[in-house]
Amino acid sequence: MTERVIRPIGSRLDDELRGMDNLELPLTPRRDRLAAIWAGLWPKLAAIGLALLVWQLVVWAGFRPVYVLPGPLVVLERLAADLAGSDLLRATAITLQRAVIGFSLALLIGTALGLAIVRSLRLRTAVASLITGLQTMPSIAWFPLAILLFGLTETAIMFVVVLGAAPSIANGLIYGVDHIPRVLLRAGTVLGARGVARYRYVIFPAALPSFVGGLKQGWAFAWRSLMAGELLVIIAAVPSIGVRLQFAREFSDAPGLLSTMIIILLIGILVDLVVFGTLDRAIRRRWGLLEI
Amino acid sequence: MSALASPQRAEVDVSRPAEVVLRVRDVRKTYGPFGNRVLALDGISLEVRRGEFVCMVGASGCGKTTLLNLIAALDRPSRGEIAIDGRASLLFQEAALFPWLTAAGNIELPLRLAGLTRHDRRREVERLLELVHLGDFGDKRPHELSGGMRQRVAVARSLAQDAEVLLMDEPFGSLDAMTRDLLHDELERIWREAGLTVLFVTHDVREAVRLGDRIVVLTSRPGRVVDEFPVDLARPRNIASPEVGDLAGIVTQRLRAEVRRHADD
Repeated sequence: MTERVIRPIGSRLDDELRGMDNLELPLTPRRDRLAAIWAGLWPKLAAIGLALLVWQLVVWAGFRPVYVLPGPLVVLERLAADLAGSDLLRATAITLQRAVIGFSLALLIGTALGLAIVRSLRLRTAVASLITGLQTMPSIAWFPLAILLFGLTETAIMFVVVLGAAPSIANGLIYGVDHIPRVLLRAGTVLGARGVARYRYVIFPAALPSFVGGLKQGWAFAWRSLMAGELLVIIAAVPSIGVRLQFAREFSDAPGLLSTMIIILLIGILVDLVVFGTLDRAIRRRWGLLEI
Repeated sequence: MSALASPQRAEVDVSRPAEVVLRVRDVRKTYGPFGNRVLALDGISLEVRRGEFVCMVGASGCGKTTLLNLIAALDRPSRGEIAIDGRASLLFQEAALFPWLTAAGNIELPLRLAGLTRHDRRREVERLLELVHLGDFGDKRPHELSGGMRQRVAVARSLAQDAEVLLMDEPFGSLDAMTRDLLHDELERIWREAGLTVLFVTHDVREAVRLGDRIVVLTSRPGRVVDEFPVDLARPRNIASPEVGDLAGIVTQRLRAEVRRHADD
């Protein structure tokens, strides 16, 4: 006679639940990391190549003399030389420092403003549409006032950078809080999240995806305002990317001008991609909003 | 003892008939602006004893969800009293897990809010994950779990609050029949092991008979308790058994009579 193992009913339920759980989990094929990176990279490289080609064709068409519109090769050579020297690095360091300080201030002010509006219905009625209005106002339109108020100083530049970025950051937060699913708020209340804890553990994490969206947009506005500011507010003996741009134009140094423009573009893309892109992807992956 | 969600904060003595753990007395709830009020609940009274599993069924518009919200103190009754001995936790149909936290993180949140140390939190989370059979899934995010698993995490999260009374609002409504069957077994086991009291709202009469010690039938518009059926069938019950079917038939007849009343609304 064979021995039979008699298992208690409880363990059968265990097995059934385990089996079902395992069946319900999706089978995710492992993706080759290198292949994934390459898949993200080659379209970008192709686009850059195409842009350089078009540029070269325009130069070859010859509707402007080469000393006004130099070809990509000349400009890239100049860029390499600039990058090897210390002037560009010094100017970039100062500009980036302004960007970081200005953006940080905008982050503080925008977040505080957004929080205040989220908490007070009356404040929202009063200023919410004003904030959206500020967002659409071209930042360069603020400079005459900024220069009048603060003169040709760092403060004038910061003033406009903050005005450019803060509304986007505030709006991102407000939009995020407005669109939290009600059931999550109710779940938070049921679990006992009240007062500050409610903001810390429920409202802020729930609003984070669109807050980061606001930061991304805020950065774009801050960077644009900063470039406008550095062109208009030239402070003696302080180099910056804007100053390089201005000088290049004054000395008709077309390769220098274009090389500086490429730097501006690269920094804008890099910050967006590396800082906010990484943040955004991390959040979307957590929430399950991202394939892979 | 605590009196929750009662406008007068009246101390209702729930301890005297020794086992009553939840008492709803003459609760009325109206919505809307003055002069154009909608009556959602009209004088609901209900008592649930400690360790009891009460199922509440009703057609649409019976205010099941409204009543659970009142009991969970998410809303206040317009009149009447609600008293709970201990803590009640509400479970939603959609599980309502926080998508930015892992399964373990979701269970941990109420412990964090209660101020437990990291060490105690970790031990408790582990125990609760084991209790709902999800020991290996603590580090998964809600979107990586199936609907049934999410509901079990939600149950564990409610238990992490030290809840003795679980208020469940059609928690298995969106699950497939197979998963639902298994979760009935699982819920019954947790209910018994953890010594819980459950108030379970559903529109599925068979589910109510499968799980409940007692079935409370609500009227619609306004919601009111019209009938009660004790379920004297041995556990664990099989949802497909003729005994369950028979009683479900009787309760369904009662519900249908209630729906007919609204034919000429």
